[in-house]
Amino acid sequence: MNPSLQNVITQTEQVILGKPRQIRLALTCLLARGHLLIEDLPGVGKTTLAHVLAKTLGLQFQRIQFTSDMLPADILGVSVYQRESGDFKFHAGPIFAQMILADEVNRATPKTQSALLEAMEEQQVTSEGETRPLPAPFFVIATQNPTNQIGTFPLPESQLDRFLMRIELGYPDAQAERGLLSGVDRRDIVAQLTPQMTTAELMALQQQARQVFVSPALLDYVQAILRHTRESARYVHGLSPRAGLSLLAAARAWALLDGRNAVIPEDIQAVLPGVASHRLQSVQDTQASDGDKLARELIEAVAIP
Amino acid sequence: MKLTAPLIYGFIASILLVSAPHTEHLPIWVSTICVALLGWRGYLAYSGTPLPSRWLLLLITIAGVAAIGIGFHSLFGREVGVTLLILLASLKLLELKAVRDATVLIYLSCFIIITNFFYSQSIPTALFMLLSLVVILATWVNLQTGSLALKPRLRIAGLLLLQAIPLSLILFVLFPRIQGPLWGMPQDAYAKSGLSDTMSPGSMSKLSLSDEVAFRATFSGTAPMRAQMYWRGPVLWDFDGTTWKRGQNATLQKPMLSDVGTPVDYTVTLEPHNKLWLFALDMPSNISVAADMAPDFQLLSRTPVNARLRYNARSQLSYRANLSEPPQQMKRALDLPRGYNPKALQLAAEWRAKNVSDEAIANTALRYFNQNNFSYTLEPPLLGTHSVDDFLFTTKQGFCEHYASSFVFLMRAAGVPARVVTGYQGGEYNELGGYYILRQADAHAWTEVWLKDRGWVRVDPTAAISPARIQSGLSAALPDNAALPFMARNPPQWMRELRLNWDALANQWNQWVLGYNPERQFALLTRLGMEEITWQKMVMNMAAGMSLLVGIFTLILLRRLVVRQSDPVQAAWLKVCKKLSKAGLVRAPHEGPEDFTVRVIVARPQLAEPMKDIATRYTNLRYAGADDESALRAFKDAAKSFKL
Repeated sequence: MNPSLQNVITQTEQVILGKPRQIRLALTCLLARGHLLIEDLPGVGKTTLAHVLAKTLGLQFQRIQFTSDMLPADILGVSVYQRESGDFKFHAGPIFAQMILADEVNRATPKTQSALLEAMEEQQVTSEGETRPLPAPFFVIATQNPTNQIGTFPLPESQLDRFLMRIELGYPDAQAERGLLSGVDRRDIVAQLTPQMTTAELMALQQQARQVFVSPALLDYVQAILRHTRESARYVHGLSPRAGLSLLAAARAWALLDGRNAVIPEDIQAVLPGVASHRLQSVQDTQASDGDKLARELIEAVAIP
Repeated sequence: MKLTAPLIYGFIASILLVSAPHTEHLPIWVSTICVALLGWRGYLAYSGTPLPSRWLLLLITIAGVAAIGIGFHSLFGREVGVTLLILLASLKLLELKAVRDATVLIYLSCFIIITNFFYSQSIPTALFMLLSLVVILATWVNLQTGSLALKPRLRIAGLLLLQAIPLSLILFVLFPRIQGPLWGMPQDAYAKSGLSDTMSPGSMSKLSLSDEVAFRATFSGTAPMRAQMYWRGPVLWDFDGTTWKRGQNATLQKPMLSDVGTPVDYTVTLEPHNKLWLFALDMPSNISVAADMAPDFQLLSRTPVNARLRYNARSQLSYRANLSEPPQQMKRALDLPRGYNPKALQLAAEWRAKNVSDEAIANTALRYFNQNNFSYTLEPPLLGTHSVDDFLFTTKQGFCEHYASSFVFLMRAAGVPARVVTGYQGGEYNELGGYYILRQADAHAWTEVWLKDRGWVRVDPTAAISPARIQSGLSAALPDNAALPFMARNPPQWMRELRLNWDALANQWNQWVLGYNPERQFALLTRLGMEEITWQKMVMNMAAGMSLLVGIFTLILLRRLVVRQSDPVQAAWLKVCKKLSKAGLVRAPHEGPEDFTVRVIVARPQLAEPMKDIATRYTNLRYAGADDESALRAFKDAAKSFKL
């Protein structure tokens, strides 16, 4: 594996204890130029993960705390009248950064949510008739409380689709939690982290991830998965072609993280829960947290051709 | 396997479809209860409520069976059987608990399909049942596969049916046939309208309102002229003032034809009418089925025609029939009821006085009809006690039975032996099928008079009033507004063609599917080159044909499996997996090579080296696009030499 990538992983794992899989998935998402949605209870380390990644990768970091009275301008920025010069000057909002942590995105109103999600999709912001490009790389980690909590506006399916992956962090295991409790304050550690990679290196890796080889046999497998979701009566909708593309992109990045330059079925299976869980809905029960279970069932239902 | 709501809906649809044609003859309360039960079951499945208790179901069952028993006064027989089947099928759905119950319901639905053919064997019925079968099969597939969307389920069901076609074709052609109809019970009474063995004013005109098919006829040579197509049915002798009856023939003398010309040969496919008589052109001389010819040239089958009957017959169009008749028969041919129709008797006596020959009297009568403003109509006025008098002198409007009846009356009154003949006249030619269709609307009555040295001579008094009826059919002879059946009128050309094409198709269906009897089977097999046909031989051929087909299907399936593994890389990998599975290390279908390798190494650490090697080579070849002859060979060798 790329040595600096290895360093990134090592350093992140030192801060976020006992979550190697989630860290890898987050990095996968980043390398595949997708955005990440983390859904979990408050206090399990969502913010810390974003913070650590930004620091370790040497990215400009902005955190936006979403609240129910937030307006789009609070994210995108606003033009303010300058008394000295007599004209308007644009004050860029917090979205103009390389890594955004959109905290508790489902607490904002749909209007504000869609302002963020549009910026994510377009990689640019249009405000007051002027289009301003966002910095590159541009990576959004949105966190979301479980939707059945009070005062939330759940993201509609079409907007969930904008996120390449959705993961859950979950509680740490006993050993990791002991380390967390007995160790130094995480905030101090984060403050001392040093970048392990330059932006240019990161963008080169993103480019490399795109060129990971995918064989016809593997495409057969991906198509078998897509076909199964469409033919089975278990799901409300099958996976879309875009979901198929996302699956491939994520699997390529995962393979790169694994130090391989070809995708194997295990890569698909590793990223499938992250990629598919927020895109699949069971016919029987509509609980969102069931997505992971559904994806695992999906893996087991489809034979590798 | 779970009995899910969609599965239940499938069952409800199946039962509804197969029972739908039965609603026509089920008591209305049974249909209502069945629909209610199915609706209830549908609601339970929809809302996820548990099934009703066993006791309630038992109560409904007992009450239902008792009500059917009381309603039909029996619990045996076809009607009751079908009713019970449908009621119990609907009830069974309410106690659907295990997969076994579901399987029973599938078979039950298929059985109800069969019962539909007791009532109708037409092409639409068969097509509808085919559709029902697809739905039943799709439900069955659902039962077997669990979660599968509707479309692929229907596709599998269709595929299954398609595969069944050649198998059922072999069974159909080769299964040894027994004499008798394909479906139905021997005592099945076809309560159809048709000619009867009596004739009274109005009986023929009533019949002409039906466009049901009476029979179809194909001529093996050129067909005779339309005006000669008199299809002979019951011959009526005895008259009681209103009604003509067949009576008893007073002789056993065989009917005799002499001075015959060239005969015509033809095949008749007679629709079942539950009576004895068979129809043949005037005058029949030969018939291919077991039938007797009465002294008055009437063909009588030995058993009632209660299934479609096909026979070949030969007729003489020019003939002298029974040049000598025994005196008892002659007496019958002159007999008249006393005290009826004085005016007609008087008219006949006048003719007798004026003419010497019987032939001249007959011609006088025809001329009388022709010149005295008689008219031909489907809706003649009612006649009184002296029906012939009323008709001849007052109303002067009648249908063929009026003319035949009064003509014979006049002849007998004038001392000329005469009798009424009923049957069908004309017919419609179907160009597509090359046969004539005779409908009930073509029913006709004419007469025969016995002349010295000429025997029985056909005289059709209707022809004297309305030659068009004989030359071109009923529609030409009647005004347009007459209440004629659709096909006897003149429908638009395209509609006529459509109907005729459909009839040709139905005829083929009758001839080859429903009428596929031992003779047909024998003829077909002989034409296919089979010699000395015995049932043992047929069964053997059947078994051979079935095995051949099953073999072909198996080969196709195997081929598909082989194609899947035609990739050498995959084949070698599967070989390794097979070796490992013998040691209890079975690769799950969804398990990738790396995961499997890890698992194998944990279970058998000594295999670490070769297993890793093989997995790496495999992933390189299959997923990393290493398209290299030597790498492939090395991988194949490694797979071959891999040992536990």
